[in-house]
Amino acid sequence: MPQIDIELNKLQEKLLEMWDIVEYQLSSSREAMLTNDVELAGKVIKLGKKVNRYDVKIDRQCENFFALFNPVAVDLRQVLSVLKINANLERIGDTAEGICRIVEKLHEPISQELAAESRLLEMYDVALSMFVASRQVLITYDPVAAREILKQDKLLNKIYRKSDKVIASFMNNNPAGIEVGLHLYNIIKKLERVGDQVTNIAEEIIFYRDAKVLRHKARKKKKKDQ
Amino acid sequence: MSKKVYKLEAKNLNAYYGNFHALKGIDIAMEEKAVTAFIGPSGCGKSTFLRTFNRMNDFIEGFRTEGDILLDGRDIYDKKIRVDELRKEVGMVFQKPNPFPKSIFENVVYGLRLQGIKNKAVLQETAEKSLQRAALWSEVKDNLNKSALALSGGQQQRLCIARALAISPSVLLMDEPASALDPISTAKIEELIHELKNDYTIVIVTHNMQQAGRVSDYTAFFYMGELVEHSKTKALFTSPSDTRTQNYITGRFG
Repeated sequence: MPQIDIELNKLQEKLLEMWDIVEYQLSSSREAMLTNDVELAGKVIKLGKKVNRYDVKIDRQCENFFALFNPVAVDLRQVLSVLKINANLERIGDTAEGICRIVEKLHEPISQELAAESRLLEMYDVALSMFVASRQVLITYDPVAAREILKQDKLLNKIYRKSDKVIASFMNNNPAGIEVGLHLYNIIKKLERVGDQVTNIAEEIIFYRDAKVLRHKARKKKKKDQ
Repeated sequence: MSKKVYKLEAKNLNAYYGNFHALKGIDIAMEEKAVTAFIGPSGCGKSTFLRTFNRMNDFIEGFRTEGDILLDGRDIYDKKIRVDELRKEVGMVFQKPNPFPKSIFENVVYGLRLQGIKNKAVLQETAEKSLQRAALWSEVKDNLNKSALALSGGQQQRLCIARALAISPSVLLMDEPASALDPISTAKIEELIHELKNDYTIVIVTHNMQQAGRVSDYTAFFYMGELVEHSKTKALFTSPSDTRTQNYITGRFG
């Protein structure tokens, strides 16, 4: 195998290791929230430091790769996408950490009823499934599956847009639950951001594989390019 | 509407060394005052193609071409074309610096003397101007009578460029002009190419991908006598359209 491929494989392996940690953080934040497992929440927060180390290491590996291999074409696009995916993964890890900090403040598991009404769990499931799918798309590229991830983000945006009314109505009816309501809204907002970050990741993978830039394109134009 | 006239064009060009089909149906059009880089593995035909633009291959026994090579819209293989006139218009710089065993000054004005120019003032002025254009003047102005062979490799190559510029060509062909030079001399040649393209149309053959990326506006990739891809350098090095180009520029050929 050419040395350049060995280095690119190493880079991808490192990225996937980081991916696994962030996936654990995200799914554990869901569990910690539902069960008010403060210990698990603490573990997720602690893992943030490990993710940060990966972030720095992957950045450094990319820098070295640029300096030593002068990549062009698909190699160049791969390293550029690794840089950006790395940044997005780190932020998703931060988000999971942020949710766990909220869990620490909640004192009790989030009410199942409110979680269902605000579609919070549905959001979690969609965000997690997008995240897992994007990892798979990076390993075995499938343009249809990659674009499917972009579509899924629309559902997250839709739920987010409607959530303020649901939460406001909950707080109106339960003045004692205002704090919980605010925390919940905060989590919903964070999950909406996770959707955006996974979308960024999927767009980076499409750029790497197909040399197509889908970022910042209006929905119509994006559809046309797809 | 008048048709756009390119500086250099090849139309369905085929070239043969005896029975060997070296260039296969090449179609390309190169704009004036732009740098085009030819890249491709050894033996792909890029140097052969470069040399057709000033008919350097005419010397080779058994070499023949079919199709057209146009300079400013004129067929340079037309019987009416005088090869010495063509080479005044299309200068060439080779891989290895090849100064004549003469003084720096005599090297630069060699072409002018061949043309019968004897006026000292003209020779002096042309030598200074050409050496300045080749970014060598400040280094040699006090030693113009020194032997050209005493210059470093990088200086010799710039001297050869000055010699080519002295006869006022409009096209400069460069066959791996920096491959025998150290990185500092290479950088000077590349800088020079950037400056020269304001006045000249430049075609450069190079094995150095990064060099092609740094100096050229357009890049043409040749493989086994075929022109596989010709596009803007940025496009070719970021998203080549042909898999063979991608494999070559990423070093995964064969």
